[in-house]
Amino acid sequence: MSGYSVTEPSKRQKWFAGLLVITYALVTLMPLLWIIATGFKSPEDAISYPPKVLFEPSLEGYVNLFTTRTRITEGMKEGLQPPANWYEQIVRDSGTVIAGPSRYGQRFLNSVIIGFGSTFLAIFFGTLAAYAFSRFKVPLKDDLLFFILSTRMMPPIAVAIPMFLMFRQLGLNDTHLGMILLYTAVNLSLSVWLLKGFIDEIPLEYEEAALIDGYTRFQAFYKVVLPQAATGIASTAIFCLIFAWNEYAFAVLLTSGSAQTAPPFIPTIIGVGGQDWPAVAAGATIFLIPVMIFTILLRKHLLRGITFGAVRK
Amino acid sequence: MPGNPMDRIAQATPPGVGRRIRGFSDRTIAWLFVGPSIILLLAVNIFPLIWTINLSFTNFKANRLREVEYIGLRNYERILTDSDTWQSMQATAHFLFWTIFFQVLIGFALAYLINKKFKGNDLWTTIIVLPMMLSPAVVGNFWTFLYQPQIGLFNYVVEFFSGVDASSFSMIGSVSLAPWSIVIVDTWMWTPFVMLICLAGLRSIPDSIYEAAECDRASKWRQFWTLTVPMVLPFLMLAVLFRGIENFKMFDLVVQLTGGGPGSITTLTSIDLKREAFEKWRTGYASAYAVILFVTVFGLASIYVKALNKVKER
Repeated sequence: MSGYSVTEPSKRQKWFAGLLVITYALVTLMPLLWIIATGFKSPEDAISYPPKVLFEPSLEGYVNLFTTRTRITEGMKEGLQPPANWYEQIVRDSGTVIAGPSRYGQRFLNSVIIGFGSTFLAIFFGTLAAYAFSRFKVPLKDDLLFFILSTRMMPPIAVAIPMFLMFRQLGLNDTHLGMILLYTAVNLSLSVWLLKGFIDEIPLEYEEAALIDGYTRFQAFYKVVLPQAATGIASTAIFCLIFAWNEYAFAVLLTSGSAQTAPPFIPTIIGVGGQDWPAVAAGATIFLIPVMIFTILLRKHLLRGITFGAVRK
Repeated sequence: MPGNPMDRIAQATPPGVGRRIRGFSDRTIAWLFVGPSIILLLAVNIFPLIWTINLSFTNFKANRLREVEYIGLRNYERILTDSDTWQSMQATAHFLFWTIFFQVLIGFALAYLINKKFKGNDLWTTIIVLPMMLSPAVVGNFWTFLYQPQIGLFNYVVEFFSGVDASSFSMIGSVSLAPWSIVIVDTWMWTPFVMLICLAGLRSIPDSIYEAAECDRASKWRQFWTLTVPMVLPFLMLAVLFRGIENFKMFDLVVQLTGGGPGSITTLTSIDLKREAFEKWRTGYASAYAVILFVTVFGLASIYVKALNKVKER
């Protein structure tokens, strides 16, 4: 910084502003840290009063998350083998034996399949549509773009009623394909709007040069425009992925078993006498961490993504 | 803005070059590219919408196979005269007003402070933003744990600062506190959204304007109200639009937090709609309800966008 500037805040102002913002950030972070911490607590520590900030870490929550267990009865005691590994030991210590794997792994996998599947399709169709909207004279362009956006204004439950009936007719209820198609459609509005913004920023001259060099439109599109739009496509894809990953309303109404994703499943993890909080927290931690990482990676394009491209920094 | 790139090429290059451009015409490509998206959106959004409108005039129940009768506007009449509907509208209005109020207030303040460009502001901004990207259902469910009397962190923190006994109140269980419990969590999640948009607004104001104001000896206070606020206002209004639409549709967070209770004190319209459609299976009735909600949000949003454009023009 050179010389005196009227717009540069003073040292004291900066210090004060920093203090307030950091305080807010720490407060806002507390619930998230609490989720992560609770995942490593034993069930007793998790529900102690007053809440324990310092505790002996335990992997019981994680073991409980991935297993189903049965209580050891008097009759079973003689026939039991000694625990073969660390997680059996943990389970045995709480007076139970492992009965089998839980459904969390499969629900998580469903989230991955449906998330990536719908993201791929939304990006594929979205890029094509965005390119056309950006470069060609599409009749009723503004109306179509608004129509695409307005599909996001409908409450999900309102959309779910006819979707439920439609899926029932087509046999798509509780299937991966049904959910992928649904999320693709919901994400399309986001991907078209965001990608149009990104493609608009690519100078026309590149394509014109390519066309003059004898490229066809298609070649110019995938050899010139696509590489230029790569960052935009990647960040749009992450936004679509996060939406599909987090979505709950459609998932809870249209899936129940084989295609159920993690968000409707995690709250149903129960132990003895209510929710098994360490297991819930463990499940939530595994589920939320990827999104936190993506958020940090995306921070430059965050604003653009959450406002459908309405605000660009 | 120059027109179609093809026209520009045609003007800029000798005729020989134009003839070398092969492949489909632009018009064909445009339809080829836009077509799939439009078809998918028609199939998953417009067709269901039309179906919903059609169902809204019937007494159809999705869990029963019987003759479907058209009953005209009777569903609409029933909904608009049902006290439950108005109660859920009231709950939604309370939720909308206070979440937007707090988010605008705190979000703007945070953006203003971050714009002081203290060291490390990028890092802390990223940390503040985290809650808004997470799954509302999963996070909302965990908040029920934080809200538990005695063992919950929230109650304990309240006790620590105010001395009110942590086991003496239940945010989710009490009729007077439950509406605030959802406001608090939503504000925690979405304040960063308003903050980011305000920050973009603040950063869009050129320094030269403040320098000019300084030359005119305008006080800092005056600069804030006559420069900063009006310049950020369009951004702020946009943030309110987004939050308004999102919270009008609110379902996942609140359903996990309070399930609409206690009683029906936090039953927002989406939760009410879900009960009618998927618990009582009054499909026709729920369809009419959905249409009313959609018209409401669409109507309010259109009016608001008009106001927003007026502010932008100024």
